[in-house]
Amino acid sequence: MNIFSQLYYRYKKFLKTIRLYLIIAGPGIIVMVADNDAGGITTYTATGAQYGFHLIWFLILLGPVAYYVQEMTVRLGAVTKRGHAEAIFHSFGAFWGWFSLLDLVFLDWLTMITEFIGMTAAMSIFGVPPIVTVIVSWIVMGTMVLQGRYWTWEKVALLFCGLNLIYIPAALMINPPVDKILHGSFIPHLPPGGFTNALFFLLMANIGTTIAPWMIFFQQSAVVDKGMQEKDMLWGKIDTAVGSLLTVVVAAGCVVLTATLLPGQIINDAATAAFRFMPINHYVGALLAIGLFDAGFLGAICISLASSWAFGEVFGWAHSLNHKVKEAPWFYAYYFFDLLLAGTVVLIPRAPLVLITLFVQVIAVTLLPAALVFLILLLNNEETMGEYKNTLFQNVANIGIVVMIIVISTLYGISALFPKILGG
Amino acid sequence: MIFNFFRSTAGAVREINQKYATPHIKMTGGVRFSLGVLRFYLLLLVGIMVYKFITLLH
Repeated sequence: MNIFSQLYYRYKKFLKTIRLYLIIAGPGIIVMVADNDAGGITTYTATGAQYGFHLIWFLILLGPVAYYVQEMTVRLGAVTKRGHAEAIFHSFGAFWGWFSLLDLVFLDWLTMITEFIGMTAAMSIFGVPPIVTVIVSWIVMGTMVLQGRYWTWEKVALLFCGLNLIYIPAALMINPPVDKILHGSFIPHLPPGGFTNALFFLLMANIGTTIAPWMIFFQQSAVVDKGMQEKDMLWGKIDTAVGSLLTVVVAAGCVVLTATLLPGQIINDAATAAFRFMPINHYVGALLAIGLFDAGFLGAICISLASSWAFGEVFGWAHSLNHKVKEAPWFYAYYFFDLLLAGTVVLIPRAPLVLITLFVQVIAVTLLPAALVFLILLLNNEETMGEYKNTLFQNVANIGIVVMIIVISTLYGISALFPKILGG
Repeated sequence: MIFNFFRSTAGAVREINQKYATPHIKMTGGVRFSLGVLRFYLLLLVGIMVYKFITLLH
């Protein structure tokens, strides 16, 4: 075989691999990019404004953390063919099942309100009234699921994931100091001022946005709905790894933006950052606002689906995006009910939106540890997982991560309830 | 109509409770310990939240 034949053969093999990956890719990228939701973008912009480039290394470390947790849902979904809610009911009984389901539904609904807050705040920068933003979002979200194919929904969701990368060109447009970014990315260090309570709170907030309970339920259900098999698991893992890389890049992009343009300023929400960017660089401000809208949109479509899937699994309703509305009426009814309820709350004048955001942090603390503990236990169940159960290395890594997340998210939740407990 | 909805929902919940009455995971020492710690953790959290609620009211 001459060198040209060999090159052609390798080229064809490479193309085939890429094609196969594109068929299987989806749940991992979507869940990870949607993880950078409206709340996430707010946390990253606040981090950059307050601590400059000093904490990018910390965000990079969170990439593998998110990967290790979400990778377990790929294995569990592909092997058991059950969503996370159904798996908890089946393995741990009705008490833990109802606890997880009702907690998830309540938390998802509250989180979706924060996504709508982000979307309306972002579009108000362009002068779009909140009611228009909410109604147009409802229509797009509805159209995405009503076409009756998971594949189509996934590809449209991936387009919105692509839009989430808008922070990267935005960060490049402002000519950020590359040396400071490299130093902040690859040399772990504390910001000037050392380890303060404010820094601890922000670190906890960053961890809190990296792993959310809905992500576990969403990815496992999406893996099942997509029909992923054991043989596809490697691709599912690659998909999750690519997603975790993207989530870190987007997070770093947000940090670079505010660290360069708004250093030392206190940012309470990402819309404020976009608003302050406008006089400095109109295009960057507009890109941040578009990105914030997209982040809220992605979060809302994934979170509402996570709840609908969970309800469908437990109540035995038809619960696949491959079903038409007539075939799965309750699944779609719940999806729309969730969206309508969350969007409507944002439109209520003087709704306690700050209190809702606080509640999200607190309620998440009650569900996240339970979901993570169940995940570890299910992945160690040899009867169902067989050869795909956690290895010793995976257990050491995953249990370490889970314990760390539980401790930190608990401290985060408690400090949200008692702001002075850490001396802040 | 609303009465029928609640009646059918209650029926569905009863059915789910019966279906998942018995946990299917093998109850090893590790599983029992983890679930016990989780129960304690959640009770502690609920206690903290109730305390916060009461102090807020006062």
